[in-house]
Amino acid sequence: MRLVTVAGPPSSGKTSVIVKTIEELRNKGFKVGVVKFDCLSAQDEEVYSAYSIQVRTGLSGGLCPDHFFVSNIEEALSWAKEKQFDFLITESAGLCNRCSPHIKDILAICVIDNLSGVNTPKKIGPMLKLADIVVITKGDIVSQAEREVFAYRVRQVNPGGMIVHINGVTGQGSFYLAKIVEQCSSVETLQGETLRFTMPGALCSYCLGERKIGDDRQIGVSKLVNFRGED
Amino acid sequence: MRTDMLHKTINELMEMMPWIEDYFSSFSIDPEKLGDSKLEELGTILGENYFEENGGSYNTFIDGFFLFIEQVRALQQDSGFTVNSLKVLPGKNKNGEKETFSVELKKGEVTAIVGPTGSGKSRLLADIESLAQEDTPTGRRILIDGRSPGDEERFSTEGRFIAQLSQNMNFVMDLSVEDFLTLHAESRMVDEVSHIVRKIYDTANILAGEPFSMETPVTELSGGQSRALMIADTALLSPASVVLIDEIENAGVDKVKSLELLVSNNKIVLISTHDPLLALSADQRIVIKNGGISKLLKTTDDEKTHLESLEKIDRKITLMRDQLRTGEEIDLSDLVM
Repeated sequence: MRLVTVAGPPSSGKTSVIVKTIEELRNKGFKVGVVKFDCLSAQDEEVYSAYSIQVRTGLSGGLCPDHFFVSNIEEALSWAKEKQFDFLITESAGLCNRCSPHIKDILAICVIDNLSGVNTPKKIGPMLKLADIVVITKGDIVSQAEREVFAYRVRQVNPGGMIVHINGVTGQGSFYLAKIVEQCSSVETLQGETLRFTMPGALCSYCLGERKIGDDRQIGVSKLVNFRGED
Repeated sequence: MRTDMLHKTINELMEMMPWIEDYFSSFSIDPEKLGDSKLEELGTILGENYFEENGGSYNTFIDGFFLFIEQVRALQQDSGFTVNSLKVLPGKNKNGEKETFSVELKKGEVTAIVGPTGSGKSRLLADIESLAQEDTPTGRRILIDGRSPGDEERFSTEGRFIAQLSQNMNFVMDLSVEDFLTLHAESRMVDEVSHIVRKIYDTANILAGEPFSMETPVTELSGGQSRALMIADTALLSPASVVLIDEIENAGVDKVKSLELLVSNNKIVLISTHDPLLALSADQRIVIKNGGISKLLKTTDDEKTHLESLEKIDRKITLMRDQLRTGEEIDLSDLVM
């Protein structure tokens, strides 16, 4: 099974990019499935189904979405193997901007859009920083200059990654991505593989359902800020 | 080079490459505070936790540091990757019938693409953008300067090779014209930033019907002014050697001058248009029918001799449009042709 992890901020165009890339892969005779990881709800299943793409959704609900991803990725892989796909693409929204579902030696893609502003690349952490490929979308509605500045800003945080520009509406550029995806290597199991980045520690009373605010309620790992500073 | 750099202090590195600050900032490192420290000492001074907080490790920080230098050097050297000609070898139309001839696009020339909506104009532009090698639905092959580009070359261009301009594009940054152009020039690593900024601004003002100031926020420019600024910026600052233009007819810019500006900066220009003035200003036009290239027409001398009168008509229509817009009466006295 060739596995690809796709992550990116909400509304950056992940689903469109994946759909267009799958169309390219299918033209070459490959079978591709998608697993969508999300928090509260996901409407993308309908989108995928409209393109006759087989999809499964996992909603993390009250759990940290990235921890949830790690716990379930092996099961996703098993589903894909059972369905005898050539490729499994996972889609997840990087909601806290810190996490990334990227795994060592597994092709990692981050989708980010030109409209999100030039300072956004710096705000998105490992999800962008540690991706092999950075897909930049919505280039058709901003100026050439902004596209170039934005790409430079992406370079700044991820100098080693490859940048691919894709128009999610027409699919222009997805051909490139499909070509690269096609070259990625196969994996049988993820047992023993390593995440590219540590997940945030989640071991405090609030993880366990505490809702009251207060020093005496705060048990476990926490971090305090001094907003008043020294001045 | 690697060891040399590692031994240098942050101040020395900043002296050599002021733009390296851009990379340091992605790890929230302030070069002024750590000026006297050596690059190799940052791991110990800041600690592994610091790097982790910033989404990496000391090792990824150092690897990225050298990759960033490589990227910037590439930016400084390349004015894109300069292309003298593109050749589109025949593919197939929607019925699977083979196109019968190839088309050459040369530096400093304009090629118009004409054909009904949905006929396959975008497909042709997409083939060129992806430097198709018989691996797109049309089966076309694109040669750069007479040869097939390797996969590596195709993928490493990262869109720097083609610039696009269309009616749907808008500025979204919240900056003045001057700050906007400065930001672009800096990210392109040009030497004389203020000089090029001035040049683009002046050129854009020539192309735009209505003048605008350096202080105007780019988001407040009118349609024509935006288009003019985009065209001047692409011609003078973009590294791309191919410019794809999608319909600029009613944009309120001097269309003919815009094309002249682009070709005089050695770009290969492709314009998808139904505007007779633009189509005839081109050196040749490709006719698309049913997904395939069906004809290639060189602009004839006869057509060229009529350009002048076409321009006159175009100016008249623009004038009438302006009169309408400003609430004047429309002067039809010289309309008899």
